[in-house]
Amino acid sequence: MFTMREAEAMTLLDVERVGKRFGGLAALDDVSLSVRPGEIYGLIGPNGAGKTTLFNCMTGLYRVSEGTVRLDGRVVHNRPPHEVVRQGFARTFQNIRLFPNMTALENVMVGRHVRTRAGVLGAVLRGARTRDEEAAIRARAHELLQFVGLERKARVLAGHLAYGEQRRLEIARALATEPKLLALDEPVAGMNPSERRQMAEFFLKLRDSGVTLLLIEHDVKLVMGVCDRVAVLDYGKKIAEGAPDAVQRDPAVIAAYLGVGAA
Amino acid sequence: MRIVDFLRARPRLALLLLAILLAVLPFLVGAGLGKSWVRVLDFALLYVMLALGLNIVVGYAGLLDLGYVAFYALGAYLYAWLASPHFGLHLPFWAVLPLGALLAGVFGVLLGAPTLRLRGDYLAIVTLGFGEIIRIFMNNLDAPINITNGPQGMNLIDPIAFGGFALSKTHKFFGIGVSNAHLYYYLFLAFVLALIFVAMRLQDSRIGRAWAAIREDEVAASAMGIDTRNVKLLAFAMGATFGGLAGGLFSAFQGFISPESFGLMESIMILCMIVLGGMGHIPGVILGAVLLTVLPEALRYVGDWQRALIGRVAVDPADLRMLLFGCALILMMLFRPEGLWPSRQRKRELHAADEVAEQESASVYDARG
Repeated sequence: MFTMREAEAMTLLDVERVGKRFGGLAALDDVSLSVRPGEIYGLIGPNGAGKTTLFNCMTGLYRVSEGTVRLDGRVVHNRPPHEVVRQGFARTFQNIRLFPNMTALENVMVGRHVRTRAGVLGAVLRGARTRDEEAAIRARAHELLQFVGLERKARVLAGHLAYGEQRRLEIARALATEPKLLALDEPVAGMNPSERRQMAEFFLKLRDSGVTLLLIEHDVKLVMGVCDRVAVLDYGKKIAEGAPDAVQRDPAVIAAYLGVGAA
Repeated sequence: MRIVDFLRARPRLALLLLAILLAVLPFLVGAGLGKSWVRVLDFALLYVMLALGLNIVVGYAGLLDLGYVAFYALGAYLYAWLASPHFGLHLPFWAVLPLGALLAGVFGVLLGAPTLRLRGDYLAIVTLGFGEIIRIFMNNLDAPINITNGPQGMNLIDPIAFGGFALSKTHKFFGIGVSNAHLYYYLFLAFVLALIFVAMRLQDSRIGRAWAAIREDEVAASAMGIDTRNVKLLAFAMGATFGGLAGGLFSAFQGFISPESFGLMESIMILCMIVLGGMGHIPGVILGAVLLTVLPEALRYVGDWQRALIGRVAVDPADLRMLLFGCALILMMLFRPEGLWPSRQRKRELHAADEVAEQESASVYDARG
């Protein structure tokens, strides 16, 4: 086991006692978890357990009511979303949010926004620096499309892509922001078993390329298959955390998924 | 269509022909239709500038602005304040025009900052209010201190002059008399070309992509690291700058301005130009602006035709203009919602259903169930 200090040093994302209330309803209550660099961390739980709420709290879309979220030691909660991205925390959405009327390539190029600088003057004068930057943006976007297997669809409007392709494009767009941590909200929702297997392989490939993944999933089987560690949320509380097979046997988890009597 | 294909294959030749056409256009129009039509051309160019500016806000960034004419007014009034007997100031145009653009840009940010949290319809209502506020200010700021000369407007505004060469007079070149309307035509044309250049460069840039992203999905844009507030403010400021510049030129050209020129109808007309022409697409926007400036003028002749045909004016041309105009817009929205000359992309968006058959998009449909 690690000492406290070592464990802290190895933490990429540190969620500490986060709570979120909507009026009187506590959507999240005292949730703590920590994601280590280079791992795939799964966040599971039944419908309405607060997974997406936690996601939104971490990425700046919601303000947290209490607690802190740190990425690489820097506070990211209650910061505007674009600053969270700048810190190196990118995300995708449960109900895919691409820019449907822009091409696949343009979608990924937008992802480079936060790592590039050209302003109005640069755009109008288009000096050497702007041209170089623009060329680099384009080149990187092509690389990422290649990485997710969409190179041939670069000029297709995002809205015209097949569902699975849209999912992968959203990931490529998020990768364009150079995240240390990539959070995926139900990335295999609506996919058939063979597509799911492909995605699972893709997640492993992503991790091996050096991106830490935070996976929100409904599909317990997938999560157990690819995740290094898993946390389980139920009614806004974390009820278990650990290695997938240990969590799977946890009576509290079984009760949450199958009902209290089943345990 | 053969000619179009021929020219499409030779873009340089097409450009050259276009340049020649634009160069001789005022003389053709002046000789064919009369001198008043050259002034119509001048106004068409002013509206092209305005439409290009509003297109940045509405077409690129997707922010519905119904008070755009306020920036036009600011540019126009600033020019009048700094270059007319009203305050006894007569600064040269090259100093006043940039100031007017700057002032409008600053007001663009001032208007944008508190309102950009609003979306869609709500933003439209607030901007509409802003447009009216500016106009009403101009109408009432004649007392206690006379700043705007109220509803009477400001008169004797300096024309644009390069040293001693004033554009307000007729000059002779090689024995040909060139009137002020012609001279302003060339000046405005130069500004239009510059603004087209700026608008094109902006569209195809990091900033332009950020605007498009916000138009498409604001939440996703911010989750991609775009500072949506600043980028939207930038759109407002850029659009307003174009408006302020056009306002200054209008002031100098007309020599007289009053709040009447800056009513809500103007804002709506400029918006219509964009929608009619093809939102977000520069050639479309230009076409829309030219059409909507020229057509109402052309419809003035309807009164003459009526007199010639039935001996009296049965329908007032002004009423008829609005009626035809309204019908045209409704028909457009029904049959060509993407505008007369849309970008290829936008055409695809709005006619996605038609081309499904030709595309091999079966898989899309399978996946979406």
